Amino acid sequence: MNLFSRHKNTVVLATVLLAQLLALAVQVKRQTAEGPVRLIRLVTVSTIAPFERMLIYAGGSVRGVWSNYIDLRSVRRENQQLKAESERMRLERAREQEDARQARRIQALLGFKEQWIDATVAAQVIGTSGSENSRLLYLDKGVKDGIKVDMPVITPDGVVGKILNVYGETAQVLMINDPTSGVGATLVNSRLQGIVKGTATGEVQLNYIMSDEAVPAGEPLVTSGGDHVFPKGLPVGTVTKASPGRNLFLDIKLKPAVDLNRLEEVLVITQQKARTPDTTGLGPIRASDILAQHLPGVPPSPGTPQQDAASGQAAPIASNENSAGGAAQRPTPATSKPVTPKTVSPAASGVKPKIAATDGTKPQNAKQGSTQKTNQGANPQ
Amino acid sequence: MRALNLSYTSREQVEVYRFSWPVSVGLPLLLMALQAFLPVRLHYFRVFDFGLLLTIFFAVSRRSQLSGTLTGAAIGMLQDGLTHTPFGVFGIAKTLVGYGASSIGIRIDVENPGSRFLLAFFFYAVHQAVFVAVERELMGQSIHVNLGHEAGAALANSVMAVFLFALLNRFKIRD
Repeated sequence: MNLFSRHKNTVVLATVLLAQLLALAVQVKRQTAEGPVRLIRLVTVSTIAPFERMLIYAGGSVRGVWSNYIDLRSVRRENQQLKAESERMRLERAREQEDARQARRIQALLGFKEQWIDATVAAQVIGTSGSENSRLLYLDKGVKDGIKVDMPVITPDGVVGKILNVYGETAQVLMINDPTSGVGATLVNSRLQGIVKGTATGEVQLNYIMSDEAVPAGEPLVTSGGDHVFPKGLPVGTVTKASPGRNLFLDIKLKPAVDLNRLEEVLVITQQKARTPDTTGLGPIRASDILAQHLPGVPPSPGTPQQDAASGQAAPIASNENSAGGAAQRPTPATSKPVTPKTVSPAASGVKPKIAATDGTKPQNAKQGSTQKTNQGANPQ
Repeated sequence: MRALNLSYTSREQVEVYRFSWPVSVGLPLLLMALQAFLPVRLHYFRVFDFGLLLTIFFAVSRRSQLSGTLTGAAIGMLQDGLTHTPFGVFGIAKTLVGYGASSIGIRIDVENPGSRFLLAFFFYAVHQAVFVAVERELMGQSIHVNLGHEAGAALANSVMAVFLFALLNRFKIRD
């Protein structure tokens, strides 16, 4: 007893350290936050979250008063800017709608199924992990708002992360710049696929791109859909630097599409549905499209309707539901090789089809149709 | 070093403080909430470790190794709860810091800003070293250490400690 009281402090220190080491070992072995661990985390988050909410609302009120004053001062100038921007965007929209229609026809022809965003929940960021080693966000929405684990979190600019844990009125988001995160991504121009991960310093990098590939700085990345978390086609970021790394892979640094340090509101995608693009109402289908679909491998010969179509004489026919939901663009006269719907139609149309979901998290590091134009219009957003 | 030698004092001259329960419980919660909230608006606030500074402050004020150990463990576990790392990573680091700071607090006068600055700098380095060791050796994580960044963070935390400790002095109750 005397011995204990003499070394009481050291014994307590050793006991506390030992208990934590044991707890650590148990958690590492289980790899999942279940039972008491989840309960302790729940208690911690539930205790801190009200403070965070209070700070957010207090800050919001002060900011609201100030911004109302500023708004009054700059509303006229802002109105003019918005009008100009609206005109510009209207023109852009018209062009992009045409691209989107074209892309959807091709997708439908090739039988692609895509994840479409059906429902989102807007949430406010109320906190972070407060640590440089854990890139987390806390949202003011939780189970009660229909949020579940692994739901994607985005902003209009691009991908933020995914839901890691959900509590009653709070949710934890693992950002894409955390070392333990992973997002399947595709380089838009080269169509190379890899996995986007964070680093210990909070940077974002693209992994598993072979070192013999050329990846120029400035090339954008979008989600590939291969991770079964994020819908395909969401902006992830742009390449800032690619250099030979260790092993066989390039060391590719990225600039995230979203400023991950300045997030105040985000969208949680609560519902996604796989569906084939709807091509009804996208205009008449050309005879060449039908032929390309029903007669694969038959080379175009002089006098066939396909050639007529190419020369612009084929009469448009009504939309046919049996035609797999749509048709591809007609081959251009310059296409002299035999056509098949899988390869020639999209290429000849000058539009690259979106690669179907890779159905796996393994990166497909093959260059697919690198000379083809990118299909940006078919963004599921 | 000269400042440290001058401020070296005997145990009899060292004053021991205590804190009321609302302060002991509410202050860590408030500071942890601030630490979690501030980076949303000011992302560079991520470098500050208020949990660590509070552990040091409580430890050197109470000057009890037992209390320092338990306070460090509690604040560390609270911080672990806000991250997605297993419980114990910050807990172990802050337990050791709490024990160490209270041990030093018995021997050194920690009331002047110079010693507080040095104390915070030293214990930030200890904390990070233990954190990295736990992450690497026990968790098997590949943690990259940027010494320049760590030195800058230690400096920032030390400066913050000087102001924060001066503010927190108001909550001290002489034992």
